[in-house]
Amino acid sequence: MELQKFQYDNKTVKMFAYATILWGLVGMLVGLIAAVQLYLPALNFSLPYTTFGRVRPLHTNAVIFAFVGNGIFMGVYYSLQRLLKARMFSDLLSKIHFWGWQIIIVLAALTLLLGKTTGKEYAELEWPIDILITLVWVVFGWNMFGTIIRRRERHLYVAIWFYIATFVTVAMLHIVNSIEIPVSFWKSYSWYAGVQDALVQWWYGHNAVAFFLTTPYLGLMYYFLPKIAQRPVYSYRLSIIHFWALIFLYIWAGPHHLLYTAVPDWAQSLGVVFSVMLIAPSWGGMINGLLTLRGAWDRVRDNVGLKFLVVAVTAYGMATFEGPMLSLKSVSAIAHYTDWIVAHVHVGALGWNGFMTFGILYWLIPRLFQTKLYSEKLANMHFWIGTLGIVLYAVPMYWAGFMQSSMWKDFTPEGQLKWQFMDTVTKMIPFYIARSVGGALFLVGAIMMTYNLIKTIKVGTFLEVEEDEAPALKGEYQSHSTDHWHRWIERKPIQLMIVSLVVVAIGGLIEFIPVFLVKSNIPTISSVKPYTPLELQGRDIYVREGCYTCHSQMIRPFRSETARYGEYSKAGEFVYDHPFQWGSKRTGPDLARLGGKYPDSWHYNHMMDPTSMSPGSIMPQYPWLLEDQIDGNSTIAKIKAMQRLGVPYPEGYDKIAVKDMEAQAKLITENLKKDGIETLADREIVALIAYLQRLGKDIKGEGLKAEK
Amino acid sequence: MKFINYLESITGVGIYPLISLVVFVVFFGLVTFYVLKGNKNHFEKLRNLPINEK
Repeated sequence: MELQKFQYDNKTVKMFAYATILWGLVGMLVGLIAAVQLYLPALNFSLPYTTFGRVRPLHTNAVIFAFVGNGIFMGVYYSLQRLLKARMFSDLLSKIHFWGWQIIIVLAALTLLLGKTTGKEYAELEWPIDILITLVWVVFGWNMFGTIIRRRERHLYVAIWFYIATFVTVAMLHIVNSIEIPVSFWKSYSWYAGVQDALVQWWYGHNAVAFFLTTPYLGLMYYFLPKIAQRPVYSYRLSIIHFWALIFLYIWAGPHHLLYTAVPDWAQSLGVVFSVMLIAPSWGGMINGLLTLRGAWDRVRDNVGLKFLVVAVTAYGMATFEGPMLSLKSVSAIAHYTDWIVAHVHVGALGWNGFMTFGILYWLIPRLFQTKLYSEKLANMHFWIGTLGIVLYAVPMYWAGFMQSSMWKDFTPEGQLKWQFMDTVTKMIPFYIARSVGGALFLVGAIMMTYNLIKTIKVGTFLEVEEDEAPALKGEYQSHSTDHWHRWIERKPIQLMIVSLVVVAIGGLIEFIPVFLVKSNIPTISSVKPYTPLELQGRDIYVREGCYTCHSQMIRPFRSETARYGEYSKAGEFVYDHPFQWGSKRTGPDLARLGGKYPDSWHYNHMMDPTSMSPGSIMPQYPWLLEDQIDGNSTIAKIKAMQRLGVPYPEGYDKIAVKDMEAQAKLITENLKKDGIETLADREIVALIAYLQRLGKDIKGEGLKAEK
Repeated sequence: MKFINYLESITGVGIYPLISLVVFVVFFGLVTFYVLKGNKNHFEKLRNLPINEK
């Protein structure tokens, strides 16, 4: 049989590795800044661009899509070529993929800080960037499938299945969740509203965790763990079950982010059942990873890369045990909206994704540069500092979450709420400080790694041309009579992709169809009316400033919540909310029934300096809202976009919308004047006050006068 | 354009969840069967793919 010679593309792998390190440092640093802002509000600098509400989305997006994203591509480009015995399909596509992804990251960083956001978590980027992401993702898929088609190894190793499932599912999630109506170049409204938007968003959000942070990294685990340990994976059979069960079950679990909310009960239950079942494939994968090392644990002692991988897989096991537990309704009732969730996420992000990436880098960089790691000792120090960082991060946050939740739920013997919300905030400060120390240690570890790898790169020579040889695949596959149908899938990447798509689409469809289909799932409430133009402008400011990163708008039906915030939230209250703003974290109190609770002047002063109205507050100051003008020119376009989405403004309303807006603004300025505050009617603060005063009022039968 | 209750007009849409359930059960039955009965040498070969490369 004739052997074909070919060369691996190491350059693209190297570039993705550099990008992983760079964006990792940036993402962690931004996270550290956000963490410190929570106890040192002065670090918000009273500037729009550096306020927590904008910095926090930058942190999450940077870590997920820039750090882990580039980490995925680094690992895929390295392992795919070697598993398939073929060079990447096209150098040009590799180049477009690499630079395209970096351009997206830079655009994302700029637009998020400028307040261009859709207000949907982990999908904050506006529509032009959404389109760019789609294009670059297609380039990635094209390059991957091109390589698969030109392969010299008949069978696709299980790691590649995970890559294919990642590709197809992320494409589906991204497109479905990003359907939005553009109002201008940097502003759009989600096509879905309220409950439906929430369901789609958390179907996306949960599966971004599943198919961006988990499946591609499981693929990397199945390749790099055996590779570094020089032992085949423990059970290949288990990996097949692991794959199919994981991708099937994951897609259903989204509603566990919405327990006790206004989402229909059956959808919540479905989410819980599948979340609990998820523990089986998740632990199957973890066990498969750890047992790969059976009889070879001595290698962990003297291979620093393996050390990182072992902790990564263990962290995966802990996070995927905790996940199903958190999705039980009774546990969610305690944990949701608290820092417990932040701890849970970071066990996954720092432990699983972070340590897996570090472990691979420590193995890969010396290999690409044909040398030894500059300092094993330094890498070992990184390992211990990083591990300590994770512990110091997670433990205070777990503690804080429990404490916060039990304080929220505490009643005096007389039946009064025992604590003001502010008490629960000030009690968190020591935990926030401890957490930022943990985060800082983790960052210090990453900086040590960067130094270590730079030194390694300086000593070594880059292996630009790496040759290999393998026989070409014969055109026709000689099938054996004993062949199983599943081998038909294993050999054919396109079939594998289609079957994966069917498997992941089933869960989505079953959850969505009834919610979009059956009217009784979203009971309408006749007193709920569309927002006035001024309120709509105010709502857009609320979205722009990322208020949802700290404030929920969803009162769960618990005595502790109705006593604190008022009547629990109903599905029908959100039918005009494009996008929904339920939030997922209560660093500050819930705002669903804020309307009418305080006078207009309270809000004015509070936005200027929150501590003047609520001493001890850690909310940033928003002085620019008092100065900046409302973008009045956009009103007509916004009303028209809302009409296209089915919001029942009367026909031709866009023509009188501006007049209505000015009239309502005048009322608010007059109100403010009575309390001695002089302001012009066209300032953003006026619109924001209008929106905040509207929140939750409709079902009380008020707010109707504003509608007229 | 309104998305609310958009699929209401599709007749017999309720069949989709049923088909999905059947696809799920059948597929997993087959995968389990394959994994239990499949050729040992084949799995062994696949298992060693990352190790055997140079």
